[in-house]
Amino acid sequence: MIGAYTAAALVAIAAAVLMDLAVLRTRLLRTRLFWASYAIVVFFQLIVNGILTGLGIVQYDPDVILGIRLVYAPIEDLGFGFGLVTLTLVMWTWLGRRAATEPVDQERTAS
Amino acid sequence: MQQLTYLAVLLACLVLTAPLEFVIGARVYRQGRRAALAILPVATVFVLWDYLATHAGWWWFDEQYLTGVFIGALPWEELMFFLVVPICGLLTFEAVRRLRPRWADAAAKDLEAKR
Repeated sequence: MIGAYTAAALVAIAAAVLMDLAVLRTRLLRTRLFWASYAIVVFFQLIVNGILTGLGIVQYDPDVILGIRLVYAPIEDLGFGFGLVTLTLVMWTWLGRRAATEPVDQERTAS
Repeated sequence: MQQLTYLAVLLACLVLTAPLEFVIGARVYRQGRRAALAILPVATVFVLWDYLATHAGWWWFDEQYLTGVFIGALPWEELMFFLVVPICGLLTFEAVRRLRPRWADAAAKDLEAKR
């Protein structure tokens, strides 16, 4: 039986993948842009989560996690963070695409 | 001072990523409406999850590192986390796009063509 946070982290990953590839079809997961950005994000996420959990600002019930830790933080935090960041990037890209195809709603994006 | 720790971590994230917008030209803050529409629905779901998880005792917070302002079960720093982290993610993504436009291949090439 896996822990509740472990299960929820897996759901977050699945939700992000589904939204990107099937629902909004932004297909970020197929771009080098996404993975290069995510590599940078995950590096800093490990630092931030390491501080938050290393100092004990956030503490976890051992029963809800696998117990595998990466820089102090439970491995589940990676799934949580992946879901949070990826879903936001998917929404952002989807909104940008909508603006590009509906010129009436278009926000000024010219640089 | 110790009570400012969590807040300081979040502020450091914003300060350190600011050059992505203002030096590299990520254009995230300058598309505030789009950023808000991307961040808020996702943040709402994650805050709800966080609230339920905190309530259920999956995790808890050490108050010696918090300013002590709570909104329901959650410290306000935790709510800010769900705005700050996505902002940093968007800034990184847009900065990488700016520096390596060709890396947007498949998906974004489509979008560029429609502009």
